[in-house]
Amino acid sequence: MTELNQAAISAEIAELHAAYDRKRAAGMPPLDSPQIDFPPYRSSVLRHPTKNPKLVDPETIELASPAFGHRDVAAVESDLTMQHAGEPLGERMTVSGRVLDGEGRPVRGQLVEIWQANASGRYIHQRDQHPAPLDPNFTGAGRCITGDDGTYSFTTIKPGAYPWKNHLNAWRPAHIHFSLFGSAFTQRLVTQMYFPGDPLFPLDPIYQSIPDQAARDRLIANYEHDLSKPEWSLGYRWDIVLTGPRATWIEPEGSDA
Amino acid sequence: MSTLLPGTPGQTVGPFFRYGLEFEGGTELVPPHSPGAIRLSGTVYDGAGDPIPDALVEIWQADGTGAIPTATGSFRDRDGFTGFGRAHVSDDGVYEFWTVLPDADFISVIVFARGLMDRLQSRIYLPGRSDAFLESLTPEERATLVAVATDDGLRHDLRLQGNGETVFLAFP
Repeated sequence: MTELNQAAISAEIAELHAAYDRKRAAGMPPLDSPQIDFPPYRSSVLRHPTKNPKLVDPETIELASPAFGHRDVAAVESDLTMQHAGEPLGERMTVSGRVLDGEGRPVRGQLVEIWQANASGRYIHQRDQHPAPLDPNFTGAGRCITGDDGTYSFTTIKPGAYPWKNHLNAWRPAHIHFSLFGSAFTQRLVTQMYFPGDPLFPLDPIYQSIPDQAARDRLIANYEHDLSKPEWSLGYRWDIVLTGPRATWIEPEGSDA
Repeated sequence: MSTLLPGTPGQTVGPFFRYGLEFEGGTELVPPHSPGAIRLSGTVYDGAGDPIPDALVEIWQADGTGAIPTATGSFRDRDGFTGFGRAHVSDDGVYEFWTVLPDADFISVIVFARGLMDRLQSRIYLPGRSDAFLESLTPEERATLVAVATDDGLRHDLRLQGNGETVFLAFP
């Protein structure tokens, strides 16, 4: 048996995207989220519900959100380059932006958590055994609490791309994992931020699990020169919008799309 | 409700989230075995009926009087009942919380996992409690949302796919 290669995965991705485009042409509104049934990401096959989610009006508890504050997070936790005796290797950078709701209102005083690989593309997680060096000066986890205007900011280093075992020669584009709380528990979001111009985008079944190009683009930070600091660090801006889940579109009867 | 801005899409939590999302006491909303404490536990299963060893389960709930917690300090220096818990499942897919029974119909729950593209939201209804939504479901569906009473609390399994697939929710 030949090992599953990138060409086969890319063909599967193209087929699923074409099916999405046909539904869009038939009147389906654009999808803001990934397709949870997306076999090119092999680990998803047995881990997604096969039934549509039930549409329900959120109740009181779901319209509120857990509260976090400066009691939970020390200011230094937003600087991932300061957690050890020495400086981590890699391209130092600031990642900053605003957390907003769908109405454009800032999400104030809420928790943002990030985790990432080091500059070599290695996670400190014990199950990441890929043969790239660990950095004794980099753990790769940070937290902060958003400001009154919804702003978050982290100082870190740019993570490297890394290989994974989805298929032969599979590589993830460089990314930072983000975990976010909104003003309602229905807005809870875990996602990944990417960097502009990454040549691995078209090949990655996780990034491509979002079938809508405009939605995919929303996961890519912008390089912003005004955020860069002379002789110190590069600046990336990435705003996050927490709208909460949407209803699933049901194909109209009689449509063969 | 009309939204002006399109939402940021979710992505899988991936395989290596533990060191990024772990905090001490994440599963203990109240001290274990303290007066009024219950153990809420269960197993997260995949579509083959196998436990998922790399899932993350979060709960969010009212307190024993039905009030929505506003206390901060889930991560440290807890100042009262925060209502939020986070459990990294064991190698056997088991999650376990120590909490209180809310004076409410259900506890809100969210599941993340490697291989799961986006988070899944659901409810853990308390035995004997119900509401219009629960009553609108078939008996089979309802059974996936109602916890089972145990000697020291509640048991509630989460099945991401297949027989007895948990009812997951979407909100308008």
